[in-house]
Amino acid sequence: MSASGTNTKAMEPGDTPTNRRWRPSASQRGIMIAVTIFAVMFAVYGWKQPMGLTANIVNTASNKGALLALVAMAQTLPVLTRGLDLSVGAVFVLTNCLASSIVVGGPVMTAFGIGGVLLVGLICGTVNGVIIVYGRLQPLIVTLAMGAVYFGISLAIRPQPGGSVNFELADFMTRSTLAIPHSTLLLLLVVVGIWIPYRRSTLGRAAYAVGSNEQAAYMSGVPIDRAKVLAYALSGLLAAIGGLLLTAVTYSGAAKMAIANDYTLNSIGAVVIGGTSLFGGMGSAIGSIFGAFVMRTVGDLLIVFDINPVLQPLFVGIVLLAAVCISSLRVFRIKNKLDLYR
Amino acid sequence: MNVLARQFDRATIIAFACILVLLCIGALAEPSFLSPKYLLQQLHVASFLGVVATGVMLVILLGHIDLSIPWTIGVGGMMATGATGFLGPELGVTLAVPFGIFCGACIGLINGLGVAYLRAPAMIFTLGMNAVAQGLMVWHTGGFAPQDRATPLMRELAVGQLVTGIPNPLLIWAVLGIATMFLLNRTSLGRKIYAIGNQERAVFLSGVDTRRVLLFCFVFSGACAAATGTLLAGWANRSYQAMGDPYLLPTIAAIILGGTNVLGGRGKYVGTVAGVILITILQSMLSVVQPQRFFADLGLDLPADTFRQVVFGVVIIAMLLLYGRQQLVR
Repeated sequence: MSASGTNTKAMEPGDTPTNRRWRPSASQRGIMIAVTIFAVMFAVYGWKQPMGLTANIVNTASNKGALLALVAMAQTLPVLTRGLDLSVGAVFVLTNCLASSIVVGGPVMTAFGIGGVLLVGLICGTVNGVIIVYGRLQPLIVTLAMGAVYFGISLAIRPQPGGSVNFELADFMTRSTLAIPHSTLLLLLVVVGIWIPYRRSTLGRAAYAVGSNEQAAYMSGVPIDRAKVLAYALSGLLAAIGGLLLTAVTYSGAAKMAIANDYTLNSIGAVVIGGTSLFGGMGSAIGSIFGAFVMRTVGDLLIVFDINPVLQPLFVGIVLLAAVCISSLRVFRIKNKLDLYR
Repeated sequence: MNVLARQFDRATIIAFACILVLLCIGALAEPSFLSPKYLLQQLHVASFLGVVATGVMLVILLGHIDLSIPWTIGVGGMMATGATGFLGPELGVTLAVPFGIFCGACIGLINGLGVAYLRAPAMIFTLGMNAVAQGLMVWHTGGFAPQDRATPLMRELAVGQLVTGIPNPLLIWAVLGIATMFLLNRTSLGRKIYAIGNQERAVFLSGVDTRRVLLFCFVFSGACAAATGTLLAGWANRSYQAMGDPYLLPTIAAIILGGTNVLGGRGKYVGTVAGVILITILQSMLSVVQPQRFFADLGLDLPADTFRQVVFGVVIIAMLLLYGRQQLVR
C-alpha cells in the first residue's frame, strides 16, 4: 500500500516491440478471463434452467447484473488510482432513496429528478475525492466514514422503506426490446458515454499513471490531484446511475445497511474478477462489468442447483477468495524471494 | 519519566483533550454525565471495543487491515454459545469461551495465511473471509436450532465484578492492554511489528521471517475479535447474527484517532486506548443529548440513527484532518 511500491505486473516479458504477434495486455487478458467465466457460468445456468433462457429470464439476470455492474464500475475508477471507495454502496443506497422521492410526476419533473439524483451522486463522489486529495487522508478510512454519513442522510430521506417512482420510466429502464434488455443498453450507454471518453481523456490516462507509480507520475507533470478527484467524482456519478436503476427495479427506496454493505463487498469482488489490479494502474471498467455478472450468476446458480439462497454470502466470499488466490499464484513463480516484499 | 512521556505522542494528547471537551459538553447538557457511575459504565462499554481494537491495531501497525472483524465477532459469540452442539453438553459449557476464541483464531489463521504466504491484499482477503464467516454462521443457524444462550461463565465474565467496583471486561481489557504494551515496547516481536510496518523488505533482509510475524498478528486479531464476541454474548445473555456489524467502523476509527498510521509502522497503544474511550463517549453522548429533538422542534422528523451515522462520520473526518494528515512526500 505504500506509494513507493513498484508495480511489477505491468511489465510482461513478451511486451517488447520486436514481438510482432498480438499478445493481449494483462488487462485485456483479465477481461477475457472474466468473459469466459461468465459465459461458462451463464451457459450452465441456462442449461439447468427448466424453461431455458427465455427473454424474461435474460432480462431479470441483466437487471440484477447491471445494478452490480454500475456499482462495480464506480469502484473501478478509484481502484485504478490505487485507492478504494468503501462508500459506493452507501452512495448507491442514498441515490436510491433520493430517486424514490424526486423521480416522480410528469416528464419535466422526472427529468429534473434524474438530474438531481445524478448531481447528488457526483457531489458525494467529489466530496470523497476532495477530502482524500486535499485533506491528504487515506481513501480507506475517508470513504468508510463518508459512507456512514451518506447512509445517515439516506435514513433521513427515507426512514421507512417506501416511496414511488415514475412508472413509465421505471418500466422502460427494466423492460427488454427484441430480447435485448434495456439495462444492458444502459450499461453500453455508460461505457460509450462515460467510460471510453474518460479512458481516453488526459485525466483518465493520468489516473492510470497515478495508480501505477504516483511519484513518477508527479515527476512527469501529470495532474495527480485533479485526476484523483475526478476518479472519485465519476465513481459517485456511476453509483448514482446504479441507484436510479435500483429504484426502477424495485419501484421504491429503502435505506438498509445490508444493501449498502452487500453492494460494496460485491463491487470489490467484481473488480478483482474483472482483472483490475487492487494495487492500481492496471485494469478496466469493462472487466468489472463482466466481473459483476459473474458475481450475480453465482447467486442464480445456487437457485438452479437447489442450494439454500441464504448461503449466498458463503459462495460470494469463496469466489472472492478464489479470485484473489488465483491472482496471487504468481508468488510461486517468483524466483527472487525479495520481490515478495514491498 | 522519559519512558512514560514517549507513550504520549501528539495524537494521543489531542485525543485525550477531545475526551475532556466531550465530557464538559456532556456535563453542560446533562449534569449526571460526570458521575462516577456513568463514567464506569462508559468504560465497561468501551472495554468491548477496546479488546477488538487491540487485535486490529497490531494488524494496522503492520500496514495491513482486518475487515473481517464484524463476523469474527459474530463467530466468537455464536460458537461460544453453540459450543455444546460441537463438544457435547458437559465439555461445551466448560470450554465455551476457549472454543469461541479458538474459532476466531482459526479465521485469523486463514487471513494470515492468505496475506502472509499468498501475498493477497489484506483488505480484499479479509473482506472475503468476512463474507465466508457470515455464510458459515448463516448455515450454522439455518440447519438446526443451535443453542444461543450464554453460559453462566460468559455471563460472569461480561457483567460480573471480580474486583469490587471494576467490571470484569474492563479488567480483561486492562490485562490485555498491558500485555500488548509489553509486547509492542519490550519484546523483539514488537520491534519486528513496527519495523515491518515501515519497510517489510528491510526486515526480511535482516533475516526475520516476516511472514510468521504477519501470521501471528492476524491470528491475534481474530482471537481478540472472537473474545469480544464472547463478551458481548455474555453481556446480552445471547448471541445473534449481526452482533459484530456495528463494530467495524468504530474499531478502525478508534485506532486511527489514536494516532496509529493507517499505512503502518507508527502508533502507540495508549493512543488506541484514548481513541476507544473517545469513540465510546461520542456514541453515548449522541444518545444522551438526542439532537433529533432539536430538529423535531424545527418540524423536521429525523430518525436518531441519522445523527449517529452523520456525526460519527463527520467527527472522524474532522479529527483526522486535525492530526491524521499524511506528509507531502515530494
